[in-house]
Amino acid sequence: MAEASATSAPTSRTARGGVAASNARRGAGLLVALAVLVVAVLASIAVGSRQIPVPVVLDALFSYDPSVDDHVVVWQLRVPRTVVGLAVGLALGAAGALVQALTRNPLAEPGLLGVNAGAAFAVALGVAVFGVTRVEASVWFAFGGALAVTVAVYLIGSTGRGGADPVRLVLAGVALGAVLQGVTTGLVLLDPRAFDQLRAWNAGSLVGRDLDLLLGVLPYLAVGVVVALLAARPLDAIALGEDLAAAVGAPVAVTRVGVVLAVTLLAGGATALAGPISFVGLMVPHVARWVVGPDQRWILAYVLVLAPVLLLGSDVLGRVLMSPGEVPVGIVTAFVGAPVLVLLVRRHRASGL
Amino acid sequence: MSAVREHAAPPVGEHRGRTPDRPRVDPGHRVLRVRAGRLQARVPVRTLLVTATLGGLTLALAVVGLGVGDVDLPPVQVLSALLGGGEDLTRLVVVEWRLPRVLAAVVFGAALGVSGGIFQSLTRNPLASPDVIGFAAGSYTGALLVVVTVGGGYALVAGGALVGGVLTAAAVYLLAYRRGVAGFRLVVVGIGVSAMLGSLNTFLLLRADLEVALSAATWGAGTLSSTGWSQVLVGGATVLVLLVVVASRSGDLRQLELGDDAARATGVHAEPARLVLVVAGVALVAAVTAAAGPIAFVALAAPQIARRVMRTAGTTLVGAAAVGALVLLAADLVAQHVLPTTLPVGVVTVVVGGAYLVWLLVREARRRL
Repeated sequence: MAEASATSAPTSRTARGGVAASNARRGAGLLVALAVLVVAVLASIAVGSRQIPVPVVLDALFSYDPSVDDHVVVWQLRVPRTVVGLAVGLALGAAGALVQALTRNPLAEPGLLGVNAGAAFAVALGVAVFGVTRVEASVWFAFGGALAVTVAVYLIGSTGRGGADPVRLVLAGVALGAVLQGVTTGLVLLDPRAFDQLRAWNAGSLVGRDLDLLLGVLPYLAVGVVVALLAARPLDAIALGEDLAAAVGAPVAVTRVGVVLAVTLLAGGATALAGPISFVGLMVPHVARWVVGPDQRWILAYVLVLAPVLLLGSDVLGRVLMSPGEVPVGIVTAFVGAPVLVLLVRRHRASGL
Repeated sequence: MSAVREHAAPPVGEHRGRTPDRPRVDPGHRVLRVRAGRLQARVPVRTLLVTATLGGLTLALAVVGLGVGDVDLPPVQVLSALLGGGEDLTRLVVVEWRLPRVLAAVVFGAALGVSGGIFQSLTRNPLASPDVIGFAAGSYTGALLVVVTVGGGYALVAGGALVGGVLTAAAVYLLAYRRGVAGFRLVVVGIGVSAMLGSLNTFLLLRADLEVALSAATWGAGTLSSTGWSQVLVGGATVLVLLVVVASRSGDLRQLELGDDAARATGVHAEPARLVLVVAGVALVAAVTAAAGPIAFVALAAPQIARRVMRTAGTTLVGAAAVGALVLLAADLVAQHVLPTTLPVGVVTVVVGGAYLVWLLVREARRRL
């Protein structure tokens, strides 16, 4: 970590301000990003294993006719999937930005706090012990597991004087995650049905998640986003170091609790909906920081737009790659994300915090 | 080493032994000096005692492990069977069936511990292990590809795991190379490549038949259940050769811990020395993985446990080896006999290792209160 902080020292104006130095440029960049998002949304609705011409897709969107099969496919399958993808991407991106700001570690990602391990454990438990097979039920198992484990990680990480030290939080997340992962592996190796369910869940996918499911999780995601926006300014102060942040009047302790809560709701909700999807929460905040510099408010604005772009883009790619079969979106994001991460770290000046 | 042979020492004048005119350094703990010819070693007494205790515990556990199972044998019978006496059936059970697995646990555990020690020293990061440079994920990918395409067979899977792991480790090293390999960059590139291969593994498992996927996942958790004499002999010999190589380079390792510049100042060629150590560390894990699958957490936890038990400042490879052997043997006994059903030993090591880390965190917090 030492190298990252050393190389990110503000040696020049661009190093502080990112690629887009002025607010006007940042705003313009955000508009471009929004345009890209619109394209991604349209692509997600238009592309799939069933070839539907673009005019028919537009027809389906603006003058829906339930007797036409293509229209039904668009409305019943592709639109819900796209909306779920939007929500999941947005939540993962925001959670990643928050975790990186809180731990002041450019490599932190939401999974570090034990969200994925907890959700996977609960899903395995649901299948093996309670015989859950439907996506609708396993979503709530996953959400509950993610919440419970993050709370446990927070309690372990914050015992002792001085409250929740970010390093201890991450360590507790890694440790508890390992325990749960071991128990999960043992559980599914003994129960082939659970193994079958979990290997599908582990890939991370948007298939078959309908809007009712999303509506159930949406309130939690909304609370998470609101807390994230409120925390942006205090997090800027915390970036100076926690003592200095307290000295300039930032509510350090409250922010810390709020951010952990928001990350739990956002990452837990997203993981419950789509399974563990790697790299969105790690990579998008990096790109945003590279463009706009260290201001959390701009970073959040960019992340909320760019993360869904990455997720929807990966999902479309997964549909095209092995058509008529599909590559689950979580696998595509890893294959898109890992090379970018390697390139980032090979650049001389990493976009550290 | 153990003999203090004053007479055999060549006459090298004032370099020999005690020199009354030099001020004696007090290291703050009791130290045993051992001299053999021109070589001289200073071993802290605590390190020696702890290592001996760990070795004794391992031996005791091994005797227990050789004695329990479907046929329970008292320690006396186990020992006599090992020495070539006793009934034929008893000898068959102890020497042919149980001894390979116990030996495998001890040797492979030591190998994993040393490998973890090397990586934690080199990256100066207590959470580093050979897994950080992608070896575990890569070997799993190799094994899975073999299982999915050819269908398996012990030697083929082992070969696939070796090739996959070594290729991945080499790729990570090269990707992280930029006028030398900084520890930080190595870790990040390793995380990225591991994550990518991890999702490839998920995908391969997803597309395989359930039966095939289940057996592959059992291998992927790390298991000693299929180790016979042939694997132990091949794997054990490889591990021993590598341990000798590492032991001869342990001085370089200690200097590299101080940072590249300081190491260079003391005459260590930093980059080649690091390469040799990384290759040896990876090869140690490779030997274990080929024989038993990727067993998690021993490499991570053993050096840390050793450091705390021995109260040494840095990582001691001997301690890491002793703890690794004990931990893997104990975990395998738990996996075989304590749980209601037999599980891969990797499942036990992950749970135990993770729980140990949690306990460590909680205890450190208490101490600060």
